[in-house]
Amino acid sequence: MKEHKLLTKRFGEIDPFSIEDFVNVGGYETLKKAMKMTSEEIIYEVEASRITGRGGANFPTYMKMRAMSKETGDMYLVCNADEGEPGNFKDKHLMEKDPHQLIEGMLISAYAVGANRGYIYIRGEYQSAVYLLEHAINEARKHGYLGQDICGKDFHFDLEVRQGAGAYVCGEEFALLESIEGKPGRTRVKPPFPTEAGLFMKPTLINNVETFSTLPHIIEMSGEEYGKLGSSFASGTKLISLSGNVKHKGLYEVEYGTTIRQVIEELGGGVSNGQKINMVQLGGACGPIIPEHLLDMDIDNERFEIFNSKMGAGAIIVIDDRFDLFEILLRTMTFFAHESCGKCAPCREGHIQIVKLLQKFYDTKVTYKDYESLVSLANVIHETALCGLGQTSTTSILATVEFFQYYYQQRIRQSERREWAL
Amino acid sequence: MQIIDVLKKYPASQTSLLEILLEIDRLKDNHYISKEEVHMISEYLGVRTSHVYSVLTFYTLLSTEPRGKHIIQVCKDIPCYVNDAFDVRKTLEKMLNMSVGQTSRDGLFTLEETACIGCCDEAPAMLIDLEPYTNLTRDKIERILASYREVTL
Repeated sequence: MKEHKLLTKRFGEIDPFSIEDFVNVGGYETLKKAMKMTSEEIIYEVEASRITGRGGANFPTYMKMRAMSKETGDMYLVCNADEGEPGNFKDKHLMEKDPHQLIEGMLISAYAVGANRGYIYIRGEYQSAVYLLEHAINEARKHGYLGQDICGKDFHFDLEVRQGAGAYVCGEEFALLESIEGKPGRTRVKPPFPTEAGLFMKPTLINNVETFSTLPHIIEMSGEEYGKLGSSFASGTKLISLSGNVKHKGLYEVEYGTTIRQVIEELGGGVSNGQKINMVQLGGACGPIIPEHLLDMDIDNERFEIFNSKMGAGAIIVIDDRFDLFEILLRTMTFFAHESCGKCAPCREGHIQIVKLLQKFYDTKVTYKDYESLVSLANVIHETALCGLGQTSTTSILATVEFFQYYYQQRIRQSERREWAL
Repeated sequence: MQIIDVLKKYPASQTSLLEILLEIDRLKDNHYISKEEVHMISEYLGVRTSHVYSVLTFYTLLSTEPRGKHIIQVCKDIPCYVNDAFDVRKTLEKMLNMSVGQTSRDGLFTLEETACIGCCDEAPAMLIDLEPYTNLTRDKIERILASYREVTL
């Protein structure tokens, strides 16, 4: 099996600092093509491509664009480059290796929906991406791709980089918008959605780096052609950040329909030094942990819904048999306890209790009652949290209760025996 | 550069707050925002000091307490953890003779933990002043620390 390189095809071929390199391989030509189309034609192509948001939520991109195109007055375009989901590094590579691809994608979107101001919100930890994007924006401005009368037409659009300052929750769309407004990154209650009242309460189209970066390819090859890539469930290609205990960690671009096992074994070269795969975490810290025998699932999001979960942003973290399930869960949940913004009670208080319960599992001092509390609490946070952070944070617990029930039971029995022995 | 020069670079509206805080933090050798600076920022932007503090204390890259000249952030998330054969955090704690959250006595280093820094394909990894150092080994960490000490001496 091979990679299908679309978004990554220019990686290493062009100098990311050089707009000339990008233009020489056909860069910004798709923008010119798009500017000969009407707004509705562009959105139609996006609809035909069946592309969904690549940041993890998988909302159909055309629906946001269509909602925006009906709005009038001031509106904004925001690129979510606050990639903080543990195990993901695709957006970093997209920004550091082909920054103009992202700018071109944002320009096409801005033209289609009628926005003339945009922000790229990059996490503060990604200083080289910040530097590269700022450089690329300046270059694009000098060459007439940003600013007034772009490509000699009556189309004005300008971009600005904004930095995050180390808050995972700012990857959530409303928390991110609040952060740009100069506030703590705490989410808002939905609805209204960002396309109705987003940044500065104006209509805002917010997409992930990968989603924007895909748009030029959709317009270039037509939505219908792009839609033929992938599987019947999800179209196109997906960037997979492969990490953990594999021989060849790295970024791979594959078509939807590829199985997780193919990515791990054929692209990643399998597990290192004779160990066995014990667990695989999908999507990142907010994703499910699955056992080895489920790896023949493909990376399609819809099929993941069988497990009440999604592929998310595309991380695959391989964990071999040297590691204990409960130390992994404890680390994951400690992360969420720290990153909760504190706005809603289930997330703020719930994660603290979950960490305490998991510590008991880790220490082999757990009772069946603790297990019941853990499962109930995980469900409550999942059902009642205000934003995506709490709604997805306990996926790893809910999935392992299903697929690794044996470990839970074993740890409870070990604890009982330990108690009797004392 | 003076704090007032930093402020003047930005439009006097609340939306500049985070950028201003980040720039002042990076400008200062002890990487923190003092009470006086909070007042200056609040006056310049026309927002309450309580609002400046709410932002300042929300984000982990910012601090209200003085820190070391160089800030070391060790990744604590799963992709680094499962590739960490020698315990990066403990190694650093030993070499610097302090624990996470502390600043060395010479004021040169502050040791912190960080969430994933997107270097999972080159794990284990850490940041020093937001510059990534990857594929860490004990020897490599020793060399990196030595290079920071040398530059400063």
